[in-house]
Amino acid sequence: MTQLETSSFDRSLLLLVPATLFMIVLFVYPFLYGLQLSFRPAEGGWLANYAKFFATDNLWGTIGTTLKLAVPATVINLGVALPIAYQMRNKSRYQKWITTLLVIPLTLGTVLIAQGMLGYFGPKGWLSQALQFLHIYDDPIRLTHNYWGVLISLIISGFPFAFLLTLSYITGIDPTLPRAAATLGASPWNQFRHIYLPLLVPGLAMAFALSFVQAFSVFPSAVLLGSPAGATRVISIAAYEAAFEQYDYSMASAVAMVMGLVQLVVVVAILSARGMFYRGPVSGGKG
Amino acid sequence: MDSHRLLAKLWKSLIALVMAFFVINVALMVAAVATSSVARRWLGTWLPEGYTLGWYLAAWKEFQLGSVLWVTVEVVAAVVFLSILIGVPAAYALARRNFPGKRLLMGLFLIPLMVPPITYGIPLATVMYQAHIAGTIFGVILSNMIPAVPFMILVMTPFIEQIDTNLESAARVFGASTFKLFWHVLLPLLAPGILAASLLVLVRTIGMFELTFLTAGPDSQTLVVALYYAVFAAGVRAPQSVDAMAIIYMTITLVWLLIALQFVNPTQLVSRVKEHPQTA
Repeated sequence: MTQLETSSFDRSLLLLVPATLFMIVLFVYPFLYGLQLSFRPAEGGWLANYAKFFATDNLWGTIGTTLKLAVPATVINLGVALPIAYQMRNKSRYQKWITTLLVIPLTLGTVLIAQGMLGYFGPKGWLSQALQFLHIYDDPIRLTHNYWGVLISLIISGFPFAFLLTLSYITGIDPTLPRAAATLGASPWNQFRHIYLPLLVPGLAMAFALSFVQAFSVFPSAVLLGSPAGATRVISIAAYEAAFEQYDYSMASAVAMVMGLVQLVVVVAILSARGMFYRGPVSGGKG
Repeated sequence: MDSHRLLAKLWKSLIALVMAFFVINVALMVAAVATSSVARRWLGTWLPEGYTLGWYLAAWKEFQLGSVLWVTVEVVAAVVFLSILIGVPAAYALARRNFPGKRLLMGLFLIPLMVPPITYGIPLATVMYQAHIAGTIFGVILSNMIPAVPFMILVMTPFIEQIDTNLESAARVFGASTFKLFWHVLLPLLAPGILAASLLVLVRTIGMFELTFLTAGPDSQTLVVALYYAVFAAGVRAPQSVDAMAIIYMTITLVWLLIALQFVNPTQLVSRVKEHPQTA
């Protein structure tokens, strides 16, 4: 495409203007506005919001609460998704069916999953009844309105996401590499260990970061399925309350900034950890 | 050798088992909502005592579903249309041209997809309340476009990259004007990609909760937000009518999803973010 480059101004670059303007006005500007607003608290010095956040237990504690949900959920989702996606790396009818089945919970959205879980996993739901019927567990189970309810909903919506993402990375690896290893006598496990895994690390890091970001921003299910005043008072609830219950937009922006910062720290940590592994093309031939 | 094969078999069965466990539980969960939505009375038994379709009528009236659905249609249609209008030209320029700052611009389009909506949704809602567009359908459309436009660009850029540039050059040689080139050559070539990307944006916008929740007013709620409020205030209403509403929501999403899956690969639904922007 180099022959299209000219030294004079290229008018087709004007095509970028609407999208760029849109993003600057509706994404960059509000973000910067929120940032400066967070330093202009209703009362006190310019850092008063942040001081209050880190001095108040039910604000500061939300970081820990959110991490306690998001980290296990991400590890479980990705840990289960990886072997299953590896098993289904070859194109088949089976693969197509499973991926289609798994897309459904992804599009149901967290609100519908919450509503379904209240019925199905609730103390009088089918699961509880079945367990009692089989005498596995005789008391009504408590899987809603607590930590477990939120964790399960994060798995229901997050596992398909992690699976499809991992699958797209695995199928992106040139299949001639493991085939070559197989002709040299490598077992499936060794193919995975020495060929797929090193090539997958960058993709897995990306999948982990994206899954984590989703779990970290948990909001509707933490309200509907958890105990929003206690064990599942996550950071997005704190931000929402500041904005729409106390109408303190300055504080709400500060909480949103802290939230963004924590995510950034985790994502950067994950992505820089991947630098210790192989880096290079994963698909043979021309990219 | 034999023990190896046994182990491999065990491993395969374990994976199938985990998969089945997940799918069955999710299916039963949906079935529980569906059963409840047609149940006359259902308290602690396997199946309800009787069946009725009355809850659908009740939900329709109670939650003003008619106007909520209309708002949803308006929002989704506007978001899809405007994302095409803004996103496709940008994707074309990104696919065909190299220029200084291209990676920076790609980064700008990537970030909104990697940051959860709540983080930028709260400052955005603050700005929108000051500009008096929060609580209007216009505000809801604008906020839903923030993830939709970049998504459109990221799906369309690789699609345009694989279209042969010679076709455009040939049209130019034969004297096509820019408009003719666009209308007779580019648009037919782009149509399948635009269709696929629009369906993906459509399915994602129907399910987008956070941004709509933060910027919508009482008259500009989409279905998913109305459903949230219904579940949130479930104590005062019959659970069956909330379930009926959930089923209506699910049916709409599923129909569109099945249409979308005719044209796109399921893995494309999770934004297939490229690690390094392509600088072909």
